[in-house]
Amino acid sequence: MSISDDVRSATSAPKRAFRPSMLLYDQRYRSITIQVFFLFALMLGAAWLIDNTVNNLRALGRDFSFAFLNAPAGYDINQRPIEYNSQMTHGRAALVGFLNTIILAVMACALATVLGVIAGVLRLSNNWIVGRLMTVYIEVFRNIPTLLWILIFGAIMSEAMPAPSAFRGDDPAASMLFADSVAITNRGVYIPSIQFLRDLGDLQLGPIAPSLNWLLVLVVLVAGVYANKRLLQHATAVQNATGIRPKTWWKSILVLLGPVVVIFVALGAHLEYPELRGFNFAGGTYLRNSLIAMWLGLGIYTGAFVAENVRAGILAISKGQTEAAFALGMQPGKTMRLVILPQALRVIIPPLISQYLNITKNTSLGLAVGYMDLRSTLGGITINQTGRELEGMLLMMLIYLAISLTISGAMNVYNSRVKLKER
Amino acid sequence: MTETKIEIPVDREINASQMQISDEVAIQITGMNKWYGTFHVLRDIDMTVNRGERIVICGPSGSGKSTLIRCINRLEEHQAGQIIVDGTELTGDLKNIDKVRSEVGMVFQHFNLFPHLTILENCTLAPIWVRKTPKREAEEIAMHFLEKVKIPEQALKYPGQLSGGQQQRVAIARSLCMKPRIMLFDEPTSALDPEMIKEVLDTMIALAEEGMTMLCVTHEMGFAQAVANRVIFMDQGQIVEQNEPREFFNNPRSDRTKLFLSQILGH
Amino acid sequence: MSDTHAQTVAYVRESMLPEKPAPIAEKGAVKWLRENLFSGWLNTVLTVISLLAIWYLLSAIGPWLLNTVWNAQSLRECREVLDGASGACFAVIRDRWHQLLFGFYPPQHYWRPVLSLILLFVALAPVLFSQLPRKLLGFSAFYPFVAYHLLWGGSVWLPISVILGFALGYVAYRILARIAPLVAITGAIVVPVLWWVLFAGEFTAALTSVAPIGLEFVRSDRFGGFLISLVIGVTGISLSLPIGILLALGRQSDMVFLKSVCVMVIEFIRGVPLITLLFTASLLLNYFLPPGTAFDLILRVIIMVTLFASAYMAEVIRGGLAALPKGQYEAADALGLDYWKAQRLIIMPQALKISIPGIVNTFIGLFKDTTLVVFIGLLDPIGLSNAIRADTNWNGIYWELFIFIGALFFIFCFGMSRYSMYLERKLKTDHR
Repeated sequence: MSISDDVRSATSAPKRAFRPSMLLYDQRYRSITIQVFFLFALMLGAAWLIDNTVNNLRALGRDFSFAFLNAPAGYDINQRPIEYNSQMTHGRAALVGFLNTIILAVMACALATVLGVIAGVLRLSNNWIVGRLMTVYIEVFRNIPTLLWILIFGAIMSEAMPAPSAFRGDDPAASMLFADSVAITNRGVYIPSIQFLRDLGDLQLGPIAPSLNWLLVLVVLVAGVYANKRLLQHATAVQNATGIRPKTWWKSILVLLGPVVVIFVALGAHLEYPELRGFNFAGGTYLRNSLIAMWLGLGIYTGAFVAENVRAGILAISKGQTEAAFALGMQPGKTMRLVILPQALRVIIPPLISQYLNITKNTSLGLAVGYMDLRSTLGGITINQTGRELEGMLLMMLIYLAISLTISGAMNVYNSRVKLKER
Repeated sequence: MTETKIEIPVDREINASQMQISDEVAIQITGMNKWYGTFHVLRDIDMTVNRGERIVICGPSGSGKSTLIRCINRLEEHQAGQIIVDGTELTGDLKNIDKVRSEVGMVFQHFNLFPHLTILENCTLAPIWVRKTPKREAEEIAMHFLEKVKIPEQALKYPGQLSGGQQQRVAIARSLCMKPRIMLFDEPTSALDPEMIKEVLDTMIALAEEGMTMLCVTHEMGFAQAVANRVIFMDQGQIVEQNEPREFFNNPRSDRTKLFLSQILGH
Repeated sequence: MSDTHAQTVAYVRESMLPEKPAPIAEKGAVKWLRENLFSGWLNTVLTVISLLAIWYLLSAIGPWLLNTVWNAQSLRECREVLDGASGACFAVIRDRWHQLLFGFYPPQHYWRPVLSLILLFVALAPVLFSQLPRKLLGFSAFYPFVAYHLLWGGSVWLPISVILGFALGYVAYRILARIAPLVAITGAIVVPVLWWVLFAGEFTAALTSVAPIGLEFVRSDRFGGFLISLVIGVTGISLSLPIGILLALGRQSDMVFLKSVCVMVIEFIRGVPLITLLFTASLLLNYFLPPGTAFDLILRVIIMVTLFASAYMAEVIRGGLAALPKGQYEAADALGLDYWKAQRLIIMPQALKISIPGIVNTFIGLFKDTTLVVFIGLLDPIGLSNAIRADTNWNGIYWELFIFIGALFFIFCFGMSRYSMYLERKLKTDHR
């Protein structure tokens, strides 16, 4: 008795001999056959593309190398969240651009969320005029390209705002807003900045060097949030034990804000106001027109989409849920907090995050108003100066891809956490 | 155990003389096992169905009865053992699978009619595209079976416009249009309102009278009593008891069967 | 009443009460105002704020909009007419509307793009409205060739030879189908490709020299304005539909390798901004193709936009597929339909129908995104507005151009989004 006979007797189904036709007509082998052919075609295609690229590069006498990132950039960037000058490398310039992209994306996401939530809720209000106004906002902004909005806001900033000189004189044509703290000019917006009397110095972290003062504030803030969470947990524990929930709102405020205020006072924080000196404003924080135009363009445009998501999320919770909560004797506030919001957020947050994704990708339109983001630095001037289109574009795409995947990864984690348990 | 009275929900006389059972084997299952991941759904199923047999399979939910009949037309893949339908063994071979599927009709719990096609198109779709029947002929066949299930006048409507009972009768007609030699029913009346169950059962009885080989997963014990020639009781993925219906209902032998029958009949 | 009730529980009404008018606060304009504008202090505050906002906007823009100049040759002339007052100078639109719409397309041929647009609606009608006779779909299939010839012109034999390739493929399929389905599919792909690569060029050249019929050729670089937006948007969406379907099916498939490749393609394209793909089209595509191949920038952009839209389309269609109950697949299997037949006859007709609103929304997004081609030097409406501003006559004109371009985009996109909302409502109530 051979070994194969042993195997045969061991399994209940007799194994049939393999025939070549089974490669195509047997469930088990067919998918393998198809995938092998697919892989073959894919490799053939990839080989063709790579071969072409290699030939083309050789014809141009070029190699494929990222060494240009270490060469001096030789161009200036007008908005520098970290130290940079034209003597620094292309890699450093790309990092500055990347940070500018992130700054813009975060600002625009915040604006879009605030506007979207307000407009989405107000659109559902039974106030006729407010509802109509919000509908007009949403429809007008959704149906006109975001690039056009960016250009419009850019033009409003540069054409319709007063020049700094208009703020001068005894009877100026323009005046600063909010008790002389904010100046909106055709060169940009000047706002007060927070300065510290006592500087703890910077933390040297390789390419970036964040200020220790701000790091301290951040740490205290995070600790406050954590303490607040513990406080609420304690309140819940008390409620579970006694049935009565202790009042926590003033404790929360104290825990969240108290330490931060203490730190600010200890470090001697004060506001520095912009002042008109000569032909221009000085002091405070200077927000360039390009940043303002991008921020407003992306934020208000995307806000219209967020508003629609918010509205859909609220409408998705059936009236029955409110009625059921009321019938159980819950007050409107508790109904909102315990029944409606947890359900509506499930519906609202995934599309909200994908709007964040859109904002991040749309920051690449910065070129239109001269905002120095990743695309304008690495994907623009660097490529033009070094002629490294292939490497530069590849690197830039990978960076954008990494940002996108991080955001959508966060969304997937959220989705799987809040997914309704169903049979 | 007291004798359980079973009311037959059928007001017509059943013509049992036509319900001939031949000794020709229609389905042969030997040592069949199936797992969903690590969960052992079907354990060592052995079963022979002769042509013309009308078998009712019952059992508690999760007992594997639906999985069993879904294996017979390979909607589910079994991992061990042998299933031979009409002399064709079900393996990975796609030609065999296609052959078995075109010989075996299946009726689902939720009808699964194609909502974008009219009733008539639902019935002619498979004959035209699988059997390569000319369109006119396929439509004639379809109308014939729609008349048989007593809804020819609905032929040009869409499934969404029909009641559940009507939809299920269309589903039966749709399967019959392929001229199957075996019909599988997967809880055909479970999703129906009580007043519609009867019209579907009537249709199935008419089918039985014509000598169709039928395997039916159902909880309609009246139907089993009236039509089946064999009742199979499954639990935990195994065949626990099988018998001809009178014996099965009046004289169940295993404790599991007794418990099940008392739960399902003794309201 | 309460007395009556207290004395006897039994009660019979002898005369019915007449209808009384509602209190004044419950009817007419007063009620409407109270309920819709001033119910509660919050609503009142909101109403007042809204009215103030509207007043502010109107007083800022209103006089400027009402005081318009339509007749002028330059911004300077406009300002002279306005004589210091605030006012809009829409003369620029009167002077340059044809450029904003058609770019530098030869004016004597404007009828060609217009006719293509009209025919586009004719071709779309049978797709969008299922009541129309199915035979019109034949025209829809021919429309791309008709539109190509209308827009670009040149020898009429070029599109005909391309169509001939498809016809040859079909014939090959019919003949080889008798041998084996796999052979037939291979034949249906190989024969047309051979025709296009080896013979179509000579065929076109020969017939053109014999019978040079056709419209006057228009170079791609003369295309501009909304014409270019529409050409890129419509071509991108229609080509992306089949690719998107294949990607969606690949992503749903059980074949692990195939599936992961599809997921990677979709996620990559959705993860990078469109503008990087456009730059790839203008800067890098030449690296990937054999040395010496150079083709039209518009064509390269269309390829990239199609790829871009395909990934989004795939996700839309995947949503449609996921919305179908599993029973539909099972019923198709149980009837013996094979994978492709089940897809073609059962799954796709339903999944696509569910996806139409999503497809329309993708199209609106893509149409708005066509403005990004300005970054690679194509003259879309925004590119043209820059070009017009570069002209000394119109140097410094912003708002009028933005309003015109914005209004056109708005009309188009708003119309489409209303249509998609109508479809969504119809799908919800449709029992089919």
